[in-house]
Amino acid sequence: MIDRRLIQNFNWGLLSLTVLLSCAGICTLYSAVTAGPPSSESSLYIKQLVSYGIGVFLMIGCFLFNYKLLERWSFAIYLVCILLLVYVLFFGKVAGGSRRWINLGFFSFQPSELAKIIAVIYLAAYYSKRVNTNGLTLLELLHPFMILAVPFILIVNQPDLGTGLLILTISGTLTVFAKIEKRALWYLGGAGALFPPILWFFLKEYQKQRILTFLNPERDPLGAGYHIIQSKIAIGSGMIYGKGFLKGTQNALAFLPEQQTDFIFSVLSEEWGLIGSASILILFVLLIIMGLNIANNCREPFGVLLATGITAIFFWEVLINAGMVMGLLPVVGVPLPFISYGGSSIICKMMGIGLLLNVSMRRFIIVK
Amino acid sequence: MDTFFKTPDMDWYKKRLVLAVYIAVAAFLCLFLRLYYLQVIQGHEYKRLSENNCIRLQRITPSRGLVFDRYGDLMVDNRPSFDLYITLKDTPDAAFTVKRLAQCVKAPEQDLMARIADAKKTPSYKPILLIQDMDRDTVARIEVHQYELPGVTISVQPVREYLYPKSAAHILGYLGEINVDELNSGNYEGSLNGDYIGKFGVEKSYEKKLRGEFGGRQVEVNAFGQVIRVIQTVEAKPGENIYLTLDGNLQRHTEALFEDKTGSAVALDPNTGEILAMVSIPSFDPNLFVGGISHENWRILNSDPDRPLRNKAIQAEYPPASTYKIITSMAGLEEGVVDKNSDIFCVGRYYFGNREYRDWKKEGHGHVNILTALSKSCDVYFYQLGIKLGVDRLARYAKACGFGEVTGVELEHESRGLIPTSSWKEKYRGARWQAGETLSIAIGQGYNLATPIQVAVMMAGIANGGVKYKPLILKKVESHEGELTFNASAIKTGTFPMSRKTLDIVSQGLFQVVNIPGGTAYSSRIEGIHMSGKTGTAQVVGRVTKNGEDRKIEARHLKSHGWFTAFAPSEDPKIAVAVIVEHGESGSGAAAPIAREMIKKYLSEREGQ
Repeated sequence: MIDRRLIQNFNWGLLSLTVLLSCAGICTLYSAVTAGPPSSESSLYIKQLVSYGIGVFLMIGCFLFNYKLLERWSFAIYLVCILLLVYVLFFGKVAGGSRRWINLGFFSFQPSELAKIIAVIYLAAYYSKRVNTNGLTLLELLHPFMILAVPFILIVNQPDLGTGLLILTISGTLTVFAKIEKRALWYLGGAGALFPPILWFFLKEYQKQRILTFLNPERDPLGAGYHIIQSKIAIGSGMIYGKGFLKGTQNALAFLPEQQTDFIFSVLSEEWGLIGSASILILFVLLIIMGLNIANNCREPFGVLLATGITAIFFWEVLINAGMVMGLLPVVGVPLPFISYGGSSIICKMMGIGLLLNVSMRRFIIVK
Repeated sequence: MDTFFKTPDMDWYKKRLVLAVYIAVAAFLCLFLRLYYLQVIQGHEYKRLSENNCIRLQRITPSRGLVFDRYGDLMVDNRPSFDLYITLKDTPDAAFTVKRLAQCVKAPEQDLMARIADAKKTPSYKPILLIQDMDRDTVARIEVHQYELPGVTISVQPVREYLYPKSAAHILGYLGEINVDELNSGNYEGSLNGDYIGKFGVEKSYEKKLRGEFGGRQVEVNAFGQVIRVIQTVEAKPGENIYLTLDGNLQRHTEALFEDKTGSAVALDPNTGEILAMVSIPSFDPNLFVGGISHENWRILNSDPDRPLRNKAIQAEYPPASTYKIITSMAGLEEGVVDKNSDIFCVGRYYFGNREYRDWKKEGHGHVNILTALSKSCDVYFYQLGIKLGVDRLARYAKACGFGEVTGVELEHESRGLIPTSSWKEKYRGARWQAGETLSIAIGQGYNLATPIQVAVMMAGIANGGVKYKPLILKKVESHEGELTFNASAIKTGTFPMSRKTLDIVSQGLFQVVNIPGGTAYSSRIEGIHMSGKTGTAQVVGRVTKNGEDRKIEARHLKSHGWFTAFAPSEDPKIAVAVIVEHGESGSGAAAPIAREMIKKYLSEREGQ
């Protein structure tokens, strides 16, 4: 089973990049939770280390087997994911007003994180048999549309609209990559342009207000708007060189909301300045280029699509999270991969890396 | 095979992947530019803003809605409370500042330091509450020394003022600090630890209307914590003003009528179900709860055996006693068990099984028919009627008239009372119903339990010809600007199961209770107004001892409760009341005079309008 070529072709570059990002993440989290008065959150970085430990095992698990198995078992994997999401909806742990977690005693797991990867696996398996130079027809797109509607509805009902929309965005990206037929594109574009105004017409006034605030946080100076201002002050005040590790004042005085999860990039930028924050972003750009390069080196469609889809997960999460804390994008709860606190996110990102490594190391073995 | 179908080769994928790299790099370029803008171009400005952490959020508390009586007489007002805060971040030397402060407010330094120590978990830029509701002299002294007290601020918060202390306290209720469960319940959006919310009475029931919506402002403060610029403000939305159905004068008059007695009284408008008065004695002063009740006061209120915090009108359950004979009469007439003329001969006792059941009048009432049985409250007549009806038939009528169920009044903790049936006994007592028990049930004793408001709802139904209404406490709601946002209308919850004929007979009996010599409430008749009513005496312990001797009761807490329920004027009822005087010994002696004065007061007031 262990082929010498597998070891020869192991992608050490991607692994090193992951290790670098993880270390930066742990350091930033340490600063985010230990600055300021000691509280129950102070030990979160230890829990994060444990998540990384579990993540490393699952990452290894994700590249030991031949990834082509996933193509064959994609529907079964999808069903397991749906079952987990249904379970959460009825028996999940409630926190902060939504039911997102499965309580495993020592650890709470968030299946919607896993759903991102599983959606990619399923779509990659489906498209790999249908990709053609003309693009996918409307009829061919109907199937993935219905397949995605189920987890989307389940996640939105938790309620977690942010994650639901993110899964649609990732899936949409993979679909566009697989190419949509011109005529289908026109129809979809037309429907996409018509749908929002019609929906708008049916919304109640308070719902409209909520959407407007979502799109423009400044409309809510006491909530999201205030968070964004504080986040911008934190980032901006880091200037070029930063205030130094553990020296961020916005962070220490608890001015930042959710400084260990959604707003962790602000902590990093405040303490490490432009040099630190730009470096992290460059690491992410390298990760994305490496992911796409793995797709490029793969010789069969499923591997190409799988690698591209997983790369899309990283791309969107980084873009949305960083864009949000800098005040460029609406405030949605999307974690920054490898940096934000959250076991499920860390574990699933490590699994994603494991799958990329898997595709990468089997590029010469599997020839269609 | 479709000729148009072309499986793409690896070059096709490569082209698309290269495009993807370009798109990704372009997107990240935007992020880099934004970083450059924030950290380099705007960096100095943000650095300055971060130095004092000077952008802060202040909350604007909405003013709570006022409470009026039905005629617009103010019952609950807001007054300013001057609260003292300290913000540690703005105080260079907290110990020194507190020392100076202690002199100004004439409070022990240790107390103030203890407050600060308690709040050590709050971030240093957040103000810590030191003293609540300071008097004006203290406020003046602090203002004079303001510049020696960095980080010390006075904030004015509106607090509740109950204008008639102790009056209608159980209806108005009080506020208290929000607890963890309430915070997590999601029902109190925008509330934070330390906020006050309605905990009891109308303050709780209509919390959402009264509270309003929080506002806030983003402000920039200087190094001393003083606001130098308001960046943005979202105004608070004041709570709505509510008008209760209560008649404040009648309420206070009734409370006074109880003097040193304890008990409860409810007055309803029989045609709408509006609650005109709801009295529970002893009462408490809700002003004690403003700014948090002291442990001592809370202990006193809770340990009082007369339970002043309990709204007896809806929470206390008593045997309805002879007032329940109205139900027994209705059931007997409707079921055809008796008619207007059926009569019996009462000798003051009745034998059933091998037991003797006494009438309240030892020497007996002689010949009685249903009218005299009601007016003289003859127990023997109703013993026999009860036997013929049986417990389950009787319970059906009682339930249709609102007993054994909550009336639905919009106040918390309403009791259901209890109307026993044979299946109830089997289920909860694990024993079969004994026919002898029906005798006690027929005269409203035994397992029967009712709240004063249930008795009032029944009497209102008799007065209005058989309609059961939900008792209303809220008459209307107006927005802060005076716009009407809610106007109550009568809510019918059922119809009494009785024909016109039955109603006429029962009404006639109730009329005779008050207006014919020999009626149990004849001494409480009103000159010029016809009142109909029914007395009742709820036994706390049995009338006879185990040896069959009459029991002599000396201890107050073993004396019977006195009931009286009535409506007036008999011809065109405008008010229905139920009064219970705890341990008042008899309905006619203790409760009827109070009911009479309530009715006189209300009807004379109406005439004046």
